[in-house]
Amino acid sequence: MKIPFRAIWWTVLVFVFLPLVWLIYNALTGGLGANPIEAINRYLGDWALRFLLIALALTPIRIFTKQAWPIRLRRMLGLTAFFYAFAHLSNYVVIDQFFDWATIWQDIVKRRFITVGMVVILILLVLALTSPARIAKRLGAKKWKQLHWLVYPAGALACLHFFWMVKADIREPIIYGIIFSILIIIRLVERHRKKLSLRGN
Amino acid sequence: MLIKVKKQSDLSENDVTPERLFKARRKFLNIGAASITGAALSGIAGGIFASPTPTKAAGAQLGTTKWAGSTDETPTDFESITTYNNFYEFGTSKEAPRFNAEGFVTSPWTVEVSGLAKNTGTFDVWDLIDKNKLEERIYRHRCVETWSMVVPWVGIPLADIVKRLEPQTSAKYIAFKTLHDPERMPGQERAVLQWPYVEGLRLDEAMNPLALLVVGVYGQELPPQNGAPIRLVVPWKYGFKGIKSIVKIEFSENEPPTSWNISAPGEYGFYANVNPNVSHPRWSQAKERRIGEFLKRKTLMFNGYSDEVASLYSNMDLEKYF
Repeated sequence: MKIPFRAIWWTVLVFVFLPLVWLIYNALTGGLGANPIEAINRYLGDWALRFLLIALALTPIRIFTKQAWPIRLRRMLGLTAFFYAFAHLSNYVVIDQFFDWATIWQDIVKRRFITVGMVVILILLVLALTSPARIAKRLGAKKWKQLHWLVYPAGALACLHFFWMVKADIREPIIYGIIFSILIIIRLVERHRKKLSLRGN
Repeated sequence: MLIKVKKQSDLSENDVTPERLFKARRKFLNIGAASITGAALSGIAGGIFASPTPTKAAGAQLGTTKWAGSTDETPTDFESITTYNNFYEFGTSKEAPRFNAEGFVTSPWTVEVSGLAKNTGTFDVWDLIDKNKLEERIYRHRCVETWSMVVPWVGIPLADIVKRLEPQTSAKYIAFKTLHDPERMPGQERAVLQWPYVEGLRLDEAMNPLALLVVGVYGQELPPQNGAPIRLVVPWKYGFKGIKSIVKIEFSENEPPTSWNISAPGEYGFYANVNPNVSHPRWSQAKERRIGEFLKRKTLMFNGYSDEVASLYSNMDLEKYF
């Protein structure tokens, strides 16, 4: 039986809001521990990175399933990654630093993990703003594709941001880095395979 | 005659709010938050600062005398102190130690004293620490990660123990080691840090009256996640200097290696004095978040204990010896 795409789309839409629901529930019931602001920050950062990797996994899923539906979810999941990254940034600016712009500026200039974090946010912002179909149309397919290629450096820098942030236990950022690398390698292998088959023809 | 000079941190003596009052307040906040989830804003305010479920099984009560120099700032609640822990021997997250340390056996417990001292040998922890001389001292506690607490510790000045052990004149440093036993400390199964955890002080730092060997918190024996049965507390230094679950003390002529310094020498120095003017390479140390508070507060030089300890470092470049 073929599942209608509409059903997949709505299921995924509900899924992307679940982490936010969990966070709000725990914030309201005291489930975030002794340092809730730090917990919110970590949690939103984790999910921003996870959704970015999920969005980047859609092309490999299409390659393996030979189905078109994964690509039709790309905009929603990319925007979800941006949403969590923006919430992560807002938490840092509003709740953590409470608009202490001097300290925030010092952080951006001096702390390399924050510098690359800001670069990631900027890239995701540009990609989010240019995600509507009519803007893509106005840009032209080639320019739009070139611009949205920036999602790869964003993914790499997001992993680096996490890696540079941790104190000693690098296990988690390494896992994210490996997943990101695998997603890139699948694309490279696929491109190479296509080239070979074209030559073969 | 002993003349007591009033110092900056010698604020007026205030009794610690009883633990049950804190628990009652927390419970009230939790109930409050649950009942007003509809009123989102006030709900968030109440809920965010409410604590997770309290830890069970209170430790044995300890008899103490109250030290006159305690800060009169409001102590952090017992739940936060015992559920938000950096103790990598029991896992690298803040939440892990209280679960992984549950059932950690701390009796019997011996401490081996070695090196340049007259009274070396192996001591039962309760031979080293005289239960009749315990003091309750409320200290500010500042983590290198920029969070802070106010903790009512129970312990004995390190200086008293050092004097009893009679270090030789050639001894310039004191070093400490944590238990190394991956079967009992599951975090040691991974080499996140070089095990066992080691820390140390210059001997004159160790002799400063503020340095404390701690066996309890909130009037009861330390829970294992806080470093039972015996740990170090050096309130003018970042928390990682406060080595937990000590099994060895050694007097030496040379500066001993210290765990975080081995792990990242550019980020964590031997001295690790709280200093708002010297940044950690990856974050500023100018401010801190007191657990339970919303806005950050300014970090004080030597964590507010300048009057007592600044003279230890009078001729030192604190940017270099961070």
